[in-house]
Amino acid sequence: MEPLMALAIGLLYATAIFMMLRRSIVKLVIGLMLLSNAANLLIFTTAGMTRGAPPLIPEGMMQPLGEVADPLPQAVVLTAIVIAFGVLAFAVVLIRRAYEVVKADDLDKMKDTDT
Amino acid sequence: MRPEVALPVLLPLLSGAISLMFWRSRPMQRFVAVAGNIALLVVSLWLFVSTLSDGYVTMQMGNWPAPFGITLIADMLSAVMILMTAIIGLAMGIYSLASTGRGHEKFGYYPLMHLLLAGVAGAFLTGDIFNLYVWFEVMLVASFALLILGGERAQMEGAIKYVTLNLLASVIFLTAIGLLYGMVGTLNMADIALRLNEAEHQGMVEVLAVMFMVAFGIKAAAFPLFFWLPASYHTPPVAVSALFAGLLTKVGVYSLFRVFTLMFDQSMGYIQDIMLWGAAFTMVTGVLGAAAQYEFRRILSFHIVSQIGYMILGLAIYTPLAIAGGVFAIVHNIVVKTNLFLISGITHRLQGTYQLKKMGGLYRERPWLAVAFFISAFSLAGIPPLSGFFAKFVIVRAGIEAEAYVVTGIALAVGLMTLYSMVKIWNEVFWKSLPEDNHVPETATPKGDDGRLLKPSLWMMYLPVVVLAMFSLLIGIFAEPMMIVMTTISDQLLEPSGYIEAVMGPTASGEDALLESMPTEAEGGDAGAGEELP
Repeated sequence: MEPLMALAIGLLYATAIFMMLRRSIVKLVIGLMLLSNAANLLIFTTAGMTRGAPPLIPEGMMQPLGEVADPLPQAVVLTAIVIAFGVLAFAVVLIRRAYEVVKADDLDKMKDTDT
Repeated sequence: MRPEVALPVLLPLLSGAISLMFWRSRPMQRFVAVAGNIALLVVSLWLFVSTLSDGYVTMQMGNWPAPFGITLIADMLSAVMILMTAIIGLAMGIYSLASTGRGHEKFGYYPLMHLLLAGVAGAFLTGDIFNLYVWFEVMLVASFALLILGGERAQMEGAIKYVTLNLLASVIFLTAIGLLYGMVGTLNMADIALRLNEAEHQGMVEVLAVMFMVAFGIKAAAFPLFFWLPASYHTPPVAVSALFAGLLTKVGVYSLFRVFTLMFDQSMGYIQDIMLWGAAFTMVTGVLGAAAQYEFRRILSFHIVSQIGYMILGLAIYTPLAIAGGVFAIVHNIVVKTNLFLISGITHRLQGTYQLKKMGGLYRERPWLAVAFFISAFSLAGIPPLSGFFAKFVIVRAGIEAEAYVVTGIALAVGLMTLYSMVKIWNEVFWKSLPEDNHVPETATPKGDDGRLLKPSLWMMYLPVVVLAMFSLLIGIFAEPMMIVMTTISDQLLEPSGYIEAVMGPTASGEDALLESMPTEAEGGDAGAGEELP
């Protein structure tokens, strides 16, 4: 499972970077979305993947039986997803407003502040 | 239970919440902006005093013991940074009252300002690497919204670059956290520091160190990743520019200091060289960029970049004196840079433009403003006896002692170029007479419905400027006690055992042998590394 995930994550990062290097601001934001998804999957994978072993302690016991999944990376990924969601919502509104004032979906037309 | 560690985070959040509750009441929001930030300043002083006496103040959130819960910890560095945050916060609170237009105030300017301060304070105080990421995002989201408040074309264009590069940095940071967790299985920075020493794959540790350096380098606006800063910092209302200039990049620099002294202190080596040259290029490109500009705030933006170089240089040389100098530079720069932006706001109010060519004659019109600018600008350039001189002096001396002659030479030359830029502003804005064709437009002032905002409120803009200029002067005059604090900070940073013990508690007795061996290893490391510098 892990090698497959590693490939998928690599592919996501690559696609994201490719999208971010394009001139269109819409593609830029798509790139940002893919990038944060890639990072979330990476956290999920590096912590080790276990199947069907929720980190629950049976009643009356002090510790879980056998090997269980690590709950911390899942909590971390959840937090990261929420943050990415909020930030991307902002980014989508931003590109819409930018499109309204610049009247172009092209980063090359947005050089006024660079000179 | 030490409430003073949590309060600098909780208070701005509370002020922000109260401010949100009074969404429609402008006077109430303005009152909270000042009162909340005064309270923040009081709490920060409290925190500063307790760290001064105890060294470290910690609090485990929810009473979960250290590696499991989130730790809030203040060492001297955090306490000083929090104190500076509070001072700048209060200055901004007062300055915004007069400088921010009603349109901005109506759309949540003050709640966002409080949220930004909460994010900055959280980043300074947390002892948990993922929590640091979360506070970074809190700060970023608030800054995004502040940056585009007003919705002009320049703001949108600047914001796209700012948002993209900062999100990219956040993802790199998050990726590094994921890989780090996969390696050591903990997120607590002190615990990570302990376990990284035992890590099997030292090559992987170096990869992580570089990833953290890149992520924080983007956020700190270091070469070659600084382009978002001069593209965006001159676009929002001036109070927002000043707040960003004072605090945001410094959170990136703080994180670099924290991560590289605590977690990756063993694996400096060639990373130190990269950082050293990165710092040199940051200084040079920043100052050259400024030389080409004729817009007040753009010149200052490029100088933020240039000054970041000095701070990173302090970290890269990595001797006790250099780190003390680096932190001194951070403190000095927060005061001076904010003040210069505030002054640019006043001159904009008086003359209706940020273009140096169209300004002039302010030395005759407003001599005291000229004096305040003189103090701040020449402090930035490092003229004795102002604060910038001592920051630069300490770093340069540390550089010479570490035999990093080339980079030290560059630092001195950049000081001269900074002086050139500051003299340019002085000549254009204050010394030469006002060009004939400049007529001060009415639009320069905030768009009040009744127009009563004009003259009477100007003192609210002058007050923070004068106080911050006095601060710069005082830091210069009382450089000796400042240096004592800075030396304490660098001692704490270079001996992370104290930090680790403060977080993990004496219960980590199994690790005692390791704890004792760490400082000596760290010292051996610097001495070796110090001689290899170019």
